Amino acid sequence: MIIAEKKPIEEIIDEVKDFSRILILGCNECVTVCEAGGKKEVEILASALRMYFINKNDEKVIDERTLERQCDHEYLEELRSSIDDYDAIVSLACGVGVQFAAEKYLTTPLIPGVNTVCLGANEDRGLWTERCQACGSCVLARTGGICPVSRCAKRVLNGPCGGSTNGKCEISKDVDCAWQLILDRLKALDKMDDYEKIAPIKDWSTDRAGGPRTVTREDVKI
Amino acid sequence: MKIPTNFRIVRVPCTGRVDVIHILRAFEKGADGVYVVGCMEGDCHYNEGNFRARKRVEQAAIILDKIGVGGERVKMFNLSAGDGPLFAQYSIEMDTKIKELGPSPIRLAKQNKKDAA
Amino acid sequence: MSNLNTASNLEKVLKAGHIGVTSECGPPRGSDADEVKEKGALIRDYVDAINVTDNQTAMTRMSSLAACVHLKLMGIEPVLQMVTRDRNRVALQSDILGAASFDIPNMLCLSGDHQSFGDCAQGQNVHDLDSMQLVQTVRYMRDEGKFLGGDDIKRPPKIFVGAAANPFADPFEIRVPRLAKKIACGAEFIQTQCIYNLDKFKEWIRIAADRGLTEKTFVMAGMTPMKSVGMAKYMKNRVPGMDVPEEIIARLAGVDKSKQAQEGIDICVEHIQELKEIKGVSGFHIMAIEWEEKVPEIVERAGLYPRPEV
Repeated sequence: MIIAEKKPIEEIIDEVKDFSRILILGCNECVTVCEAGGKKEVEILASALRMYFINKNDEKVIDERTLERQCDHEYLEELRSSIDDYDAIVSLACGVGVQFAAEKYLTTPLIPGVNTVCLGANEDRGLWTERCQACGSCVLARTGGICPVSRCAKRVLNGPCGGSTNGKCEISKDVDCAWQLILDRLKALDKMDDYEKIAPIKDWSTDRAGGPRTVTREDVKI
Repeated sequence: MKIPTNFRIVRVPCTGRVDVIHILRAFEKGADGVYVVGCMEGDCHYNEGNFRARKRVEQAAIILDKIGVGGERVKMFNLSAGDGPLFAQYSIEMDTKIKELGPSPIRLAKQNKKDAA
Repeated sequence: MSNLNTASNLEKVLKAGHIGVTSECGPPRGSDADEVKEKGALIRDYVDAINVTDNQTAMTRMSSLAACVHLKLMGIEPVLQMVTRDRNRVALQSDILGAASFDIPNMLCLSGDHQSFGDCAQGQNVHDLDSMQLVQTVRYMRDEGKFLGGDDIKRPPKIFVGAAANPFADPFEIRVPRLAKKIACGAEFIQTQCIYNLDKFKEWIRIAADRGLTEKTFVMAGMTPMKSVGMAKYMKNRVPGMDVPEEIIARLAGVDKSKQAQEGIDICVEHIQELKEIKGVSGFHIMAIEWEEKVPEIVERAGLYPRPEV
């Protein structure tokens, strides 16, 4: 899923201080699971903002709403009838949701309430870690199911680099060396011979390097 | 020992049920302080309910600091279910603390607004 | 390995069967070319070629290519170090041609230290290619006379291509397979990480030799003299992928502080003498960090002076 992190409340306060009618808009998908932008976080942020501005003698209308998804026309349309009630929307969705809402409601300022961090997994309670960078051409079949693009700080396709120490990356003792993980997997799969296969120069045109990416499915289009 | 009477008890099945939003709402509605009283750490019937509550109290305190209400107005206590005197002692401690701090700025702001209207 | 592919003196020395000697020179953190030239002048007669590092430890410095040109114009042969951290394949190929236009005949292909170690920790890194793919790229440009995009190169670069190897990084079991991969990619010479743990290095090169790898490439053993016990401890504890045995630290700590530098030089010379005799060691890469003036002494005392005329 998409992993996001709450923005510091000071930053949000600074962005919304000049508006008087504000909607805090959550999303029921990824940001709910990673506890950054679901219904609960909407309630907390809205309550905190209301108190902050009351305390400043600047009482604002701060409403709460959470949509099923913000990356889908269908659900964003639900806002249509009430959009003019607000001067600004603070969206707690990922960057996708914020933009989709901004595209739909051209004249309403959209303020992101979270920082979108990565595509990751819920590794443990309170710990989310990156697993994919959406490079657009998956190499996992050749790397024991561990991704060197997202998990190696140098995205080395023929690793590990010389900085791998005790299974950790040179950038931090807290970061696993992706290539150590790859080797461990290859060993477990009894495929160490694959290690000496040279990974060819990668076509990054399917990555962000190739410009904004789209998937078009004629078989699905109506 | 006399228990102060200026607070309202909100019963929950376990402090693990208490969320940040419940604490914030109490302040938004004009409370001057909130204290959460859970079982002794290690004695939670649901194993970690009171640990979760402690984390949430800490989160609420951070938010209250940032919005100018003051994180010291919220506190977590632990005691065993039968320990009435300790409950009284904690209540007095909290009452004294909040009286020192004075009324919550949110309550004052709301009062001022009402007076002006 | 007898046919020469380039005009490189280093290639000639190694292919003639001599023990090769290289050293390195870190470009300055400024635009004063004299610093490069002075370092070059100090060591030029004691080595076959001089590596010029490419923004080592990710600290911004004068470009490696520019510093190489300064040396080349003095008649000194450079080894252009190039990291894949800062340039994409357009810039890498372009700099390779730029180097070739000055007839810089050697290159060492590296991935580079992570930028978080340097002065631009907030910067992007590129890593469009990795170090092995850079080796392949140089070889392709030279041997096929083509760009990666497939077009012909007018006057292809004639460059002797090297790669780095770290016999001490983890995990040890893939250190030799990794060397094999670099050779398969086209690395003609290898310069290793600084060696202090001789036993581990010997084990590594023995396995490599058993696989016939040392017949396919020239392995130059990396040597860095310790200036003090403090430096030894720092290298042991703080530098990723570095193996400094306790006895080295103990030996440096065992002499008076004023004599530690000399002890460090002595250790370095002894290590070279010992490794000279090891099968598969084709040369030495002496990295005297900000201590270039000691290179002549090390080379002379190790019995590697004068350098052969080839």
